[in-house]
Amino acid sequence: MPEQTPSQTVGPFFGHALPYVGGPEVRAPWQPDAIRLHGTVLDGAGSPVPDALLEVWGADESGLPSTERGSLHRDPLGFTGFGRAATSDDGAYTFSTVKPGPTRPGSAPYVVVTVFARGLLHHLLTRAYFADEADANATDPLLRRVEADRRGTLVAAVDGPRSYRLDLRLQGPGETVFLDYGTPR
Amino acid sequence: MTEPTQDVVSAEIADRHRREQGSGAVHPRRDFAPYRSTALRHPTHELVRADPEEIELVSPAFGHSDVAAHESDLTVQHAGAPSGERIVVTGHVLDGEGRPVRNQLIEVWQANASGRYAHKRDQHPAPLDPNFTGVGRIITGDDGSYRLTTIKPGAYPWRNHRNAWRPAHIHFSFFGTAFTQRLITQMYFPGDPLFGLDPIFQSITDPAARARLVAEYDHGVSEPEWALGYRWDVVLTGPRATWTEPEDADDA
Ligand SMILES: [Fe+3]
Repeated sequence: MPEQTPSQTVGPFFGHALPYVGGPEVRAPWQPDAIRLHGTVLDGAGSPVPDALLEVWGADESGLPSTERGSLHRDPLGFTGFGRAATSDDGAYTFSTVKPGPTRPGSAPYVVVTVFARGLLHHLLTRAYFADEADANATDPLLRRVEADRRGTLVAAVDGPRSYRLDLRLQGPGETVFLDYGTPR
Repeated sequence: MTEPTQDVVSAEIADRHRREQGSGAVHPRRDFAPYRSTALRHPTHELVRADPEEIELVSPAFGHSDVAAHESDLTVQHAGAPSGERIVVTGHVLDGEGRPVRNQLIEVWQANASGRYAHKRDQHPAPLDPNFTGVGRIITGDDGSYRLTTIKPGAYPWRNHRNAWRPAHIHFSFFGTAFTQRLITQMYFPGDPLFGLDPIFQSITDPAARARLVAEYDHGVSEPEWALGYRWDVVLTGPRATWTEPEDADDA
């Protein structure tokens, strides 16, 4: 069995390399089914993280993963499911995407979110669930595994028409629940 | 606060390596104190085990519509040739079962031969090279192979501690066959005298795992009168398809 290649930090100097035009617009924002998913990335002192890179990966509205190519050069009418956004100087990020359908019967809909940053030696994975899916969230297998007082860190709040807000706290009070999928340490 | 010296940081690294001897951990610990920026950026709670669902067991589909062929050659992006030692880096991207990761996106970025990034926040007083941006993209072949032409990057100083220098490296980003195989890492060059001093490289406490980030000089890859060749293979391990309760709850 070949052995796994270890991770290293994305470092501070990815800004000219990884972000790209249209990266945050998984679904063109003028499309009627587009939603906004946005928030702020915060460190253990509550300070914004201005050099984080977030990626989202989500199913389409029927719950199926897209197999469409062209995440780097998007078809404005298309949906590849993948997006990337660097945080701004005040730690903020914004994606435009669609609200996915549940990928399994009994699961609540969510978007997968990765966090890369200077000072983060191995990226973090989490999920953004949606606050207006309370019934589905109440029975979702992962949300049920999470301690009740931390569950809210995985749920994006409705903060406007077709707009959801989820802050990501890397450490400290309100620390986001990050996930381990059984990959080797 | 006075800046810690290299000796202080090296002692912290040695102490941590001693404590983690034989742990077999592949990835760095996120709370690796000798790398100062980890202090406020690592979670303190254990990660929560999740059963990957269909979306996490597949990956975004990139392809040749996303990347032009010349993006794999960082020496042809400007009117003139960049300064420095021209190199070729090649290898294969495999999954944990040894299967090739086909037609998938690799992104690279690096400093120029003087150790300076073409990035607005890089303040290192080394010359920028008007003929080198240091950014490339590649789609892997049907056999998982990739090939990159570039310039050997220089070492550069950073402010982690007094007189801190990063060994020469190229940043690499990979997508696997599952989104949980996503990996960003750094490739190093053999025999670098800065390896032992660098908290980022040494954050991988297992020496065998660390060695997997060091490319091998391969004379068969070198091209006569043109470039030196390096070989570096990469393995992206996916999640177990079926989630099982960890044997040891402290393991997560
Ligand atoms: Fe670097």
